[in-house]
Amino acid sequence: MSAVQENAANGGAGQSQSAVEVETPFRRFVADYMENKIAVFGLVSVFLVVLIALFGPLIAPTDPYDLASVTFMDNKLAPGEQMGSGVTALLGTDGLGRDMVSAMIYGLRISLGVGIGSGIIALLIGVTFGLCAAYFGGKVDTVIMRIVDIQLSFPAILVALVLLATLGKGVDKIIAALVVVQWAYYARTVRGSALVERRREYIEAATCLGLSKPRVIFRHMLPNCLPPLIVVATMQVAHAISLEATLSFLGLGLPVTEPSLGLLIANGFEYIMSGMYWISVYPGLALLFTIVTINLVGDRLRDVLNPRLQK
Amino acid sequence: MTVFVIRRLLQAALVVLIMSLLVFGGVFLVGDPVEMLVADDADQAEREMMIKSMGLDLPFYLQYLRFIGNALQGDMGNSFVFQESAMHLIAERMPATFELAFAALFIAVVLGIPLGIYAGLNANSWISKTIMTSSILGFSLPTFWVGIMMILFFAVIMGWLPSSGRGDTVNVFGIPISLLTLDGLSHMLLPAVNLALFKLSMVIRLARAGTREVVHQDYIKFARAKGLSDTRIIGVHLFKNIMIPVVTVLGLEFGGLVAFSVVTETVFAWPGMGKLLIDSINFLDRPVIVAYLMFVVVLFVCINLIVDVLYSVLDPRVRLQEMKS
Repeated sequence: MSAVQENAANGGAGQSQSAVEVETPFRRFVADYMENKIAVFGLVSVFLVVLIALFGPLIAPTDPYDLASVTFMDNKLAPGEQMGSGVTALLGTDGLGRDMVSAMIYGLRISLGVGIGSGIIALLIGVTFGLCAAYFGGKVDTVIMRIVDIQLSFPAILVALVLLATLGKGVDKIIAALVVVQWAYYARTVRGSALVERRREYIEAATCLGLSKPRVIFRHMLPNCLPPLIVVATMQVAHAISLEATLSFLGLGLPVTEPSLGLLIANGFEYIMSGMYWISVYPGLALLFTIVTINLVGDRLRDVLNPRLQK
Repeated sequence: MTVFVIRRLLQAALVVLIMSLLVFGGVFLVGDPVEMLVADDADQAEREMMIKSMGLDLPFYLQYLRFIGNALQGDMGNSFVFQESAMHLIAERMPATFELAFAALFIAVVLGIPLGIYAGLNANSWISKTIMTSSILGFSLPTFWVGIMMILFFAVIMGWLPSSGRGDTVNVFGIPISLLTLDGLSHMLLPAVNLALFKLSMVIRLARAGTREVVHQDYIKFARAKGLSDTRIIGVHLFKNIMIPVVTVLGLEFGGLVAFSVVTETVFAWPGMGKLLIDSINFLDRPVIVAYLMFVVVLFVCINLIVDVLYSVLDPRVRLQEMKS
């Protein structure tokens, strides 16, 4: 089956109209999204956070991992004080003499990386299982959904605790734990919408054209199941970041050598009683900002992509 | 009804069995408990004696059967650290955790339902919008960080409330309860509120969504047409009908509260099961980890079972649907 024929079957005529001001679904979607100012703020903030994480080493005033430049002499400086190297620690330094701004930027890289990385892997696994459950139905569906149901009846934090208690510490391990926690949400979401799509005529048409099963599932069914999936994925990334921070705080997630935002907060917790608030508070605010802005975007996406709420 | 309950019971037993296999397999096969128990300078003979005495030389299925057999008699092994029965350790810590979870549940329900109904009835007022925005915050804020901030504000800066521990307790039927003393209450307030925040947001959202749906139903219109007072319509007709999702959540989330108390207990140094688990993980105290996990699994399965049965009593449609399939 050639792509051209398939295209024609899907009604490829519409694509040749490259008029300037045609209202495509994508443009309508963007316009809808932009109507809400808070959501736009969320989107811009998320981009900003991602940029900071991407270019972290270039922006950070010091390198918190460089043992040659971090000295214990600088430990627990209040915000605004000057470090031995002449750099001003805008948000103070932590118990080991690391500049908080730099530590937070590096921590953000790890938090975001773990959150997004685990999200993508869980998405791939969950979507595959969810689509298969919906497409094949019968026993395959029962088995997959039973596993999903059982897993979802336990709180995410508990599942993650079990896994990390057995696996130990490490970036790869926490990603593995987060994937196990999250895949079931994706599977359930995608199955829900795929069950509806499965009975549509275009699936029947694609099957009649003799397309292979994987092709029908991934090229025809999947694109039509995307809207709820995008919403869940956004929310899940925020959730994963929060969960990772919580696990790190409990001392289960990441090794001390790679402090994420959660671990920075945990390190600061011991100093909070003596009034050194900045070690805990600022990484917390960064974490909060990241999670809340991602949720703002997700919330708006849910409203815009929900066909029931459309005018 | 009986068939429904029996079927659910069997299902629950199966889940417990599968989970026990996973927990046992996970904790006992990953990593080597002998490494921790034997002194570093132990020779091969001592090592083998240890392995034999723990039954680690047996094939996996025999080890597992032995574990199940002991577990059915309530014996989950002895803690490596405390040299005490793991079940006993957990039972000792249980009242503190349950007390905290109940207090949090109470706060979530008593505040959440009225706020949710209010937001549902007056969807466009600014108070409702404030309630709903706060509930989004309640969802997104990581519990542990909120807890730290509460300690910073109420304990360190203001000095109003103690930051950690459980305070004085009173024994009721041999169970220590801190709700009954002023000192205990003051210790409990911060952790309970901290633990409640997430569930509170959830109850608010559920109550609001339920209210908005129920308000437009015919029976509410009919009740209005009959000339019933608003208080009666909201208090009886509306309240009853929004309770189905709320009861589910109350039931299911109680288990969630127990699980999440791991975080709150660590922040506030509350001497409950969750703190025991984290300490045990840090000490690699496997019997306690397994015992805690199995305990929570059984707790969850029981809660799910009770909620399912209650649900089918409240809403016969659930039961009938199950019968058909």
